[in-house]
Amino acid sequence: MALLQISEPGLSTAPHQHRLAVGIDLGTTNSLVASVRNGVAVVLNDAAGHGLLPSVVRYQRDGDVEVGHGALARAAEDPHNTIVSVKRFMGRGIKDIPDAATMPYQFVDAPGMVRLRTIAGEKSPVEVSAEILKQLKARAEAALGGELVGAVITVPAYFDDAQRQATKDAARLAGLNVLRLLNEPTAAAIAYGLDNAAEGIYAVYDLGGGTFDISILKLTRGVFEVLATNGDSALGGDDFDRRVYCWLLEQSLLHTVGDHDKAMLMAKAREAKEHLTDHPEARVTAVLATGQLIDLVLTEAKFNELTASLVNKTLAPCRKALRDAGLDAAEVKGVVMVGGSTRVPRIQAAVGEFFGQTPLTNLDPDKVVALGAATQANVLAGNKAGDDWLLLDVVPLSLGLETMGGLTEKIIPRNATIPTARAQEFTTFKDGQTAMSIHVVQGERELVSDCRSLARFELRGIPPMVAGAARVRVTFQVDADGLLSVSARETGTGIEASIAVKPSYGLGDDEVARMLRDSYAHAQDDMTARNLAEARVDGQRLVEATEAALAENGDSLLDADERAALDKLVAALKTALTDGDLTVIKRASDALNQGTVEFAARRMNLSVKKALAGHRLDELEI
Amino acid sequence: MPVTLSERAATHVKNFLNKRGKGLGLKLGVRTSGCSGMAYKLEFVDAEDPEDVKFDSHGVTVYIDPKSLSYLEGTELDFVREGLNEGFKFNNPNVKSQCGCGESFNV
Repeated sequence: MALLQISEPGLSTAPHQHRLAVGIDLGTTNSLVASVRNGVAVVLNDAAGHGLLPSVVRYQRDGDVEVGHGALARAAEDPHNTIVSVKRFMGRGIKDIPDAATMPYQFVDAPGMVRLRTIAGEKSPVEVSAEILKQLKARAEAALGGELVGAVITVPAYFDDAQRQATKDAARLAGLNVLRLLNEPTAAAIAYGLDNAAEGIYAVYDLGGGTFDISILKLTRGVFEVLATNGDSALGGDDFDRRVYCWLLEQSLLHTVGDHDKAMLMAKAREAKEHLTDHPEARVTAVLATGQLIDLVLTEAKFNELTASLVNKTLAPCRKALRDAGLDAAEVKGVVMVGGSTRVPRIQAAVGEFFGQTPLTNLDPDKVVALGAATQANVLAGNKAGDDWLLLDVVPLSLGLETMGGLTEKIIPRNATIPTARAQEFTTFKDGQTAMSIHVVQGERELVSDCRSLARFELRGIPPMVAGAARVRVTFQVDADGLLSVSARETGTGIEASIAVKPSYGLGDDEVARMLRDSYAHAQDDMTARNLAEARVDGQRLVEATEAALAENGDSLLDADERAALDKLVAALKTALTDGDLTVIKRASDALNQGTVEFAARRMNLSVKKALAGHRLDELEI
Repeated sequence: MPVTLSERAATHVKNFLNKRGKGLGLKLGVRTSGCSGMAYKLEFVDAEDPEDVKFDSHGVTVYIDPKSLSYLEGTELDFVREGLNEGFKFNNPNVKSQCGCGESFNV
């Protein structure tokens, strides 16, 4: 018969309605699956009792796929077909992987996302990730004794839309229903925040295998708000291994080694690092393919020296995140450590020093994200009633659209909590304009050309009206997974157009970080550029309005001299618009404005006369 | 004692109560639902219901509402592991038939 689990009071599930849901930490180095059983989140182990599933997939000649420990063990022998750390390629193009040449894989540049050539054919990172997810799904279904309703899958806070979409695609390919994508630090906060009933400002320091994330979270009565996130997508435990690996080569007076030796030495480097967690020194012995024997002793002091710059590299994003959140290190009540690499004693010490307190390590840093995701999955699957805790995540970069002159109008500001919807009204620029092109961009800069283009669409069928009369309401909506949809509606006629932003794969996390940095560095340039662009747009409008007026009744209301003077002013402004700087354009615009005062007054008189002609005074409503 | 826990079941219940951090004991019961008539209920207890029959089995306080008791007479609750799956199992002598998956039963 079916096996039962203990439920919370009053919440026994009806037979055949068990809603099995899991949390999956799809990590760069290791992946885990966890679920809430008997009221407690636990990591589900495989038949051999392993909780961690190495995120390694090995493709074999006969089409078989090996995932996990088996694949990891073969990584050294078969490096071309054994895909390690595939998460780094999710949603990335070949140009986003600067160190591609140092990896043993054969990359194929495909539109959108890079592909990997293996013995079993070309595989996209989405397919590789799906193999890992399939394995976790099978493990969960065997452990829970039923089919899964859905899963919460965690992603780094810095994943952009393309990477999130790739993760969702991988889940769908694995036959998993994604209840929600959850930011990893938020998941860690859930695991800690709820289980320990803590409140206040918390920092989540997540140094995983391949990525580093720092998040500043505010926990109040079970409500999580992410105040700021920052990080470095190309920094992780693997880099610590690489430093040790380079040291091994250096000490052995080697320059290059074969793929096989490289994978073997990397594994040795990792072992040494892990050994140093609770030992003062680690001995590394290996025999290379050439028969050369390596036998070295790595002391903790040497290891700290080798990796000091990496440790320091994690502190700069911490500082930035605190500044974004407008907080001092002293205001942080606790620091949650996530990721196996945070076991390195030197890291714990450095983080402790930076925040002025001992970081929290009482939950297993490898499991904490999966446990939090499982807790969230349990709630989303409807297994926990009377629980209204909300989960607030943030938009990593502002979302907006392009306005006249190539300027960015931000609709949803950076760090806005999601899900969210914001609307703003726009209007037409030219008389009789019947269509509007909407260009959705993401970034912090003032000029569209400096931001990332996400999507374009057109709103057609606006009835011809004078410039500025149409009302177009543009709504930006970001769902709980951080995916964007944009709609535009002309409020007079009700015509509508919308787009779901399926971002072109390819914006890297470091690009996100770079765009952020740029926006700070170029704040002054941007302001100048914005002022110039605005002056151009205003000047252009002035030229068009004046020319239209001159064409209509320039000859009847102006004498030849007056007409010539105005034409000269218009010509001067036109020249200024094409090659003048801000002051020249402003001066020319002001001059034309001044010059047209008399002409405008005569036009006004004329239209008033027209309106009054043929009417008696008592017919007018005054 | 009409209903008992196996020693293994009791150990696990104590464990889960400990991890949960609160709870007086374990509530057993049946309710009508499911495809074959009745289903078992297995819940933590936070507040005691005065009508419940209360007894101790291997150090775990077990609560059963009087109506359920007649269906559970002589039942032993065990904790078993089947492959990767583990959980509680009711060994109930009153059961005459149960649905294919065993989640619901008839007396």
